[in-house]
Amino acid sequence: MKEMKERKPRFTSLSGVEIHRLYGPDDLKDWTPERELGAPGEFPYTRGIYPTMYRGRLWTMRQFAGFGSAEDTNRRFHYLLEQGQSGLSVAFDMPTLMGLDADDPLARGEVGRCGVSISSLADMERLFEGIPLDQVTTSMTINGPAAVIFAMYLAVAEKRGIPFDRLGGTLQNDILKEYIAQKEWLFPPEPSLRLVTDVIAYCAQSVPKWHPISISGYHIREAGATAVQELAFTLYDGLTYVEAAVKAGLTVDRFAPRLSFFFNVHNDFFEEIAKFRAARRLWARELARRYQPKDPRSLQLRCHAQTAGCSLTAQQPLNNVVRTTVQALAAVLGGTQSLHTNSMDETLALPTEEAVRLALRTQQIIAEESEVANTVDPLGGSYYVEALTNRLEEEAQAYFRKLDAMGGMVAAIEQGFPQREILEASHRYQREIERKERTIVGVNRYVEEEERPIPILKVDPDVERRQVARLSELRNTRDSFKMARAVAAVQEAVACGENIMPPLIEAVKAQATVGELCMALKEVLGTYREPVVL
Amino acid sequence: MTVTAAPLRILIGKVGLDGHDRGVKLIARALRDAGMEVIYTGLHQTPEQVVTTAIQEDVDAIGLSILSGAHNTLFRRVLELLSAQGAEDIVVFGGGIIPNEDVPALKEAGVKALFGPGTPLDDIVRFVKELPRSR
Repeated sequence: MKEMKERKPRFTSLSGVEIHRLYGPDDLKDWTPERELGAPGEFPYTRGIYPTMYRGRLWTMRQFAGFGSAEDTNRRFHYLLEQGQSGLSVAFDMPTLMGLDADDPLARGEVGRCGVSISSLADMERLFEGIPLDQVTTSMTINGPAAVIFAMYLAVAEKRGIPFDRLGGTLQNDILKEYIAQKEWLFPPEPSLRLVTDVIAYCAQSVPKWHPISISGYHIREAGATAVQELAFTLYDGLTYVEAAVKAGLTVDRFAPRLSFFFNVHNDFFEEIAKFRAARRLWARELARRYQPKDPRSLQLRCHAQTAGCSLTAQQPLNNVVRTTVQALAAVLGGTQSLHTNSMDETLALPTEEAVRLALRTQQIIAEESEVANTVDPLGGSYYVEALTNRLEEEAQAYFRKLDAMGGMVAAIEQGFPQREILEASHRYQREIERKERTIVGVNRYVEEEERPIPILKVDPDVERRQVARLSELRNTRDSFKMARAVAAVQEAVACGENIMPPLIEAVKAQATVGELCMALKEVLGTYREPVVL
Repeated sequence: MTVTAAPLRILIGKVGLDGHDRGVKLIARALRDAGMEVIYTGLHQTPEQVVTTAIQEDVDAIGLSILSGAHNTLFRRVLELLSAQGAEDIVVFGGGIIPNEDVPALKEAGVKALFGPGTPLDDIVRFVKELPRSR
């Protein structure tokens, strides 16, 4: 190309891929729309998993919410539904995520702080008070203790007389990304995988409209991964779960149509759109090649997306509204099935009601004012977007080969491989910001000396004391003998290789708490210390 | 001012249940690259473990990362334990998701500095370099 002066010697995507001045037919030499795109709703699903996409039905607007006690969060749920949100998404606090009760000494200071505190079935009942579980779909972000929390949800439904086949929703239940990125595990990887498989098998049998797992790249990206790494590690985690379920004796068509994915949407607009398209195509191709399913739904990658929390800044927080808008638009143009938009105040604290409403309105404006939802995959056929889609798919496949050679994801995690790749990427990104090679508005350019503070949410400091008191009352009033017997039955089922879910539902009904059940499971399954990568 | 040859020894760690370790690892690396001896504790440390390690390793300072909202409890507990052990000379600093309005009380309690999101690594390195040595 002719020598002409440009702003920078080299233009790169956020993943570090070199971007050319112009894309044209030469960038798509062996590319044919028949092979690489197909029609929407058809293999390889590059253009979307449904023929009509948002013309048929808009994406689900699902804001992740949880703080304080079950009552506090229940009030936020009712508020969000009144504001036009179409599904619920529960954020649990750190003790719950780590399988500890609110009165555990390790939980001190953490109860209800970054999510809702749930220790008992009674807490779960309060959390969903007045919410029609057969009409609203619920997503629950829980991993280590996922089976326990799911058992509580099912027990609440049972108490209200709602048949399990009318329950819709998603359990995150993705333990591999915990070892890779978010670091909230309870047991070692292999036994954890087995619990995941139990939930998948149980749902296939008894809760057919439930998504038993949400295979998540979100946290991998937040830990510092590039778009390529997010795509590669997430899809490879997905293949690992499929393999585990098939090994446990399930046929792929029994469960694969209910698998779901969860991606991050960061700042690089076109790269993010390409990531969603590449994810669908790569998943369909890999599943077809490795397992030859008969049901086409087994090949369809359904996903939720969330705008990138790690892209938000504490400086000039109003700017976060704009970042989130751009990211949300990318998720929509990428063809997501549901979306969470972050609130502008989330680098400071959990979001206020005001901030969450603005984040939800952002989605509503994209959906109903911008007219982008009028046609399917509007960027399909763009030389640039197709070239990026190809590139992301190829680079993810290169990671697949490396992971295969290492003996799979569990082995790679034990060697610290994905952790190290992510750390290097996060270090590179930070260095680029420090050297001002990448601009973060308000942080390394256009800095303002005076920051204008915004209101932030305060969690009632008394929540912890009240939760502890409630638990103490529960422990004094329940039938301890019945509870202990139910917990022992869970241990026995796990030790004998039976599905954990039926005895777990009985145990939560007998008032066993999250902490008691997780402790009992640790006795059977063991605990884990990660290899430290620095 | 006395000049000592030994590099500063800094304990960097995650205290509490929160596993978000992206920031803490970047900071551990930046301090190490700046020539300090960094003892990285890993995840899920209790305040008791942090203080025991700090004393055993004879560190000059403890840097803690907390993103889970438990900062008011955990920083205070670390300071109390240090003081109970007669080790108040070990400087405590930190970072994470800490609302501005919580900062003055934490500083009052004895946290030397709190670095919020977006703080340049150089600022943290400079702060640590200028710390008085406890040994």
